[in-house]
Amino acid sequence: MDKAKLKDGIQKYTMIIVLVCVMLFFTWGTDGKILFPQNITNLISQNAYVFVLATGMLLCILTGGNIDLSVGSVVCFVGACGGVLMEIKGVPVGVAVVLMMLLGALIGAWQAFWIAFLRIPPFITTLSGMLVFRGLSNIVLGSKTLPIKSENFVRLFGGGADCYVPDFLGGGEGLNRVALAAGIIACAIYLFVTVRGHLNRKKKGYETGNVAVMYAKAAVICAVVMAVSYKLAQHKGIPTSLVWVLIVVLIYGYITSKTTIGRHFYAVGGNEKATKLSGINTDRVYFIAYMNMGFLSALAGMLTIARMTSAQPTYGQNYEMDAIGSCFIGGASAYGGVGTVPGVIVGAVLMGIINQGMSIMGTDQNKQKVVKGLVLLAAVIFDVVSKKKSSK
Amino acid sequence: MAKILLEMKNITKTFPGVKALDNVNLKVEEGEIHALVGENGAGKSTLMNVLSGIYPYGSYEGDIIYNGEVCKFHHIKESEEKGIVIIHQELALIPYMTIGENMFLGNERGKKAAINWDETHGLAETYMRQVGLTESSRTLIKDIGVGKQQLVEIAKALAKNAKLLILDEPTSSLNESDSQALLDLLLQFKKKGLTCIIISHKLNEVSYVADKITVIRDGSTIETLTKGVDEFTEDRIIRGMVGREISDRFPKRPGVKIGETNMEVKNWTVYHPIYSERKVVDNVSLKVRKGEVVGISGLMGAGRTELAKSIFGRSYGSKISGQLLLGGREVHLKNARDAIAHKLAYVTEDRKGDGLILSNPIKINTTLANLGAVSNHGILDKDKEYAVAVEYKEKLHTKCPTVEQNVGNLSGGNQQKVLLAKWMFADPDVLILDEPTRGIDVGAKYEIYCIINDLVAAGKSVIMISSELPEVLGMSDRIYVMNEGKIAGELTKEEATQEKIMACILKSGKGE
Repeated sequence: MDKAKLKDGIQKYTMIIVLVCVMLFFTWGTDGKILFPQNITNLISQNAYVFVLATGMLLCILTGGNIDLSVGSVVCFVGACGGVLMEIKGVPVGVAVVLMMLLGALIGAWQAFWIAFLRIPPFITTLSGMLVFRGLSNIVLGSKTLPIKSENFVRLFGGGADCYVPDFLGGGEGLNRVALAAGIIACAIYLFVTVRGHLNRKKKGYETGNVAVMYAKAAVICAVVMAVSYKLAQHKGIPTSLVWVLIVVLIYGYITSKTTIGRHFYAVGGNEKATKLSGINTDRVYFIAYMNMGFLSALAGMLTIARMTSAQPTYGQNYEMDAIGSCFIGGASAYGGVGTVPGVIVGAVLMGIINQGMSIMGTDQNKQKVVKGLVLLAAVIFDVVSKKKSSK
Repeated sequence: MAKILLEMKNITKTFPGVKALDNVNLKVEEGEIHALVGENGAGKSTLMNVLSGIYPYGSYEGDIIYNGEVCKFHHIKESEEKGIVIIHQELALIPYMTIGENMFLGNERGKKAAINWDETHGLAETYMRQVGLTESSRTLIKDIGVGKQQLVEIAKALAKNAKLLILDEPTSSLNESDSQALLDLLLQFKKKGLTCIIISHKLNEVSYVADKITVIRDGSTIETLTKGVDEFTEDRIIRGMVGREISDRFPKRPGVKIGETNMEVKNWTVYHPIYSERKVVDNVSLKVRKGEVVGISGLMGAGRTELAKSIFGRSYGSKISGQLLLGGREVHLKNARDAIAHKLAYVTEDRKGDGLILSNPIKINTTLANLGAVSNHGILDKDKEYAVAVEYKEKLHTKCPTVEQNVGNLSGGNQQKVLLAKWMFADPDVLILDEPTRGIDVGAKYEIYCIINDLVAAGKSVIMISSELPEVLGMSDRIYVMNEGKIAGELTKEEATQEKIMACILKSGKGE
């Protein structure tokens, strides 16, 4: 019995175990360089767009293994339009941001309409979107690079050299106090929620599960949070892009696990007919998934042009693949109905670490692609094989 | 005494943690029909999988002696070469291929690089005539009914030169007359020397067709009954299967008062969703009272499921006309959500296809149709959800380690209970149960009947659609007989018999 439980646990946390192994490998391979504060910071700000897109992609994949191929082009198009608005038309940053968000949602709604109400296969619809919005980006930018000079915008969305949450607690040299404080507060809130949930269950007489496991999990999570915030503090503090990522991850993590609409995504992916007969509007679920993807693509577009301090018609290429890859590595099922936001984050971090580790080791770009491709395949093979074993 | 064609000796098969088969012995004589019966999970299918090589030699202990030699099958191909062909419960036909293509799939005529289609279709039709199919072999599978598809499977087996035919629940999706035809076909083949092993839950069919019956319980063979030697009645078989006597297969519900009309349907007509000139339900009127179980009987394709789905928030069909009255007031339901809000529930016939989310745990399935009750402004209360799932698990005696278990890993009977739990939690006044006991064993059936009785005792109304006549007769207060989309008759509990129901169907088929 205990053996089975252990096996279960290993299966549940496989990707985390793999992540730890990969980190150890690169720590060894780069003589510990990968754990330098600067590299940790880079890992987060370079991959901010992946976290955001992968979260949105998860919802699409949940509905039945459907993917959105257009996200890279939408990222580019929204970025291009935003650049033109701010730099050429002189629209204030705040207004431009809102307009970009609306544009993203509108593009999402356009694709979602065909997918949800006319049941055009998502693959086709978004393949079309991929071409259309790439082309439009070129037209909008006149196939040229447009530098983004608006400092406020760049700082807000985490690009350039000085995009950190200001250290208003006055740390001075060495450690950034805001980063440390944020880490401590996050841990405190997490612990509070965990303990309160546990006590609540006890009070209401519900089953409480294994308390030791629960607290061990909490301890590990807090340790990781503290380690990361310490590393950030050693560098320049919290990158503003991390704030956006956290907002997205927390909101969507909550939606998928704690709300009825989140439940609907899983239900549709698990068995659409049964879901429909359970009185759930499945068309609406599809619509929300794809419209939301457009919306999050807009956010990713802003993060991208801010980081690059320019808008170019080539931005966002292969972003969809990063997002899709993170989802599948993070345990989302290619058939839909299975996958979690934390899982996707682990997947995205894993991809990011492999990228960065190899870059630091000086591995050739092309070889990096080979490794990433194989990791993706391995993750899905593992998922499929382990499921086969457990079902027999 | 005839020659022993197949002997399985001391077969033991273990899965991690479970002994699925424990020293099973089975002897099948040449030219007999041998039935395997047992509750779900007793090990019948496992035994047949061992025999056909799906579980390869070495993964089990014991010997298979076929035609006098010890067989060591590693693959299903090897057993098929010897003439052992298995037809699975879920038909393995490809809907968008023709009958001929399906019959010779993996066994193509002609050369590998050049299939001889003339030979394929010619041979296919020869075998099809043998099983009584008159279609062209170029007809697509999707265009013929389930009954005929089953016959195609048999023809396919014949094409493989089958000497020993294994049928796993061949009639589970067939109606009475198709089932009867299939059984008669088996008897006919028996005369020609074909040996059959048939796995079935339908004991009346088993006792009709079989020469010998082997009862399996909990992975061991309990006994083998021989026609003409042992008592061969359904009650006798059930006793062997469950290890005790079930005195009454249908629990009584004394003192349940039948109240006023809860739901009424008037002149309900539904057209096919795609072929919109075809009437599927034709001017049907029926009603159900509080505390009443109303059975709807009829042949497969009589329009029963279509009627139920169209009532349930227009989930089927087009151009629906007619009146639906709930609690005396006319309502217009737009979709399933609307129907649930009006306290209507439809428990689907196909629990795997459109009833449950197999990849999700019991608790998520239990609350799916009524998420509002376990959430607050769209925010789920997972603790409450868990508690609800546990409550229903205990109420319905669902056998599972925890409610976190995925529904896909449960047996058919337990899946059905989860499905019932889901709809009971939606708190309906009228429940439409479509084939509530299909493919589940005797013990689980009894429990489902008890649940139905509890529901009507609580003042709810139950409409039960069933293809099993004994069940309809045993459970219903009133019975509607449907045929070709119309109500062919209405019978009270007292006057209804199997013969009368069949007579209603036949009369309406001929008349008008």
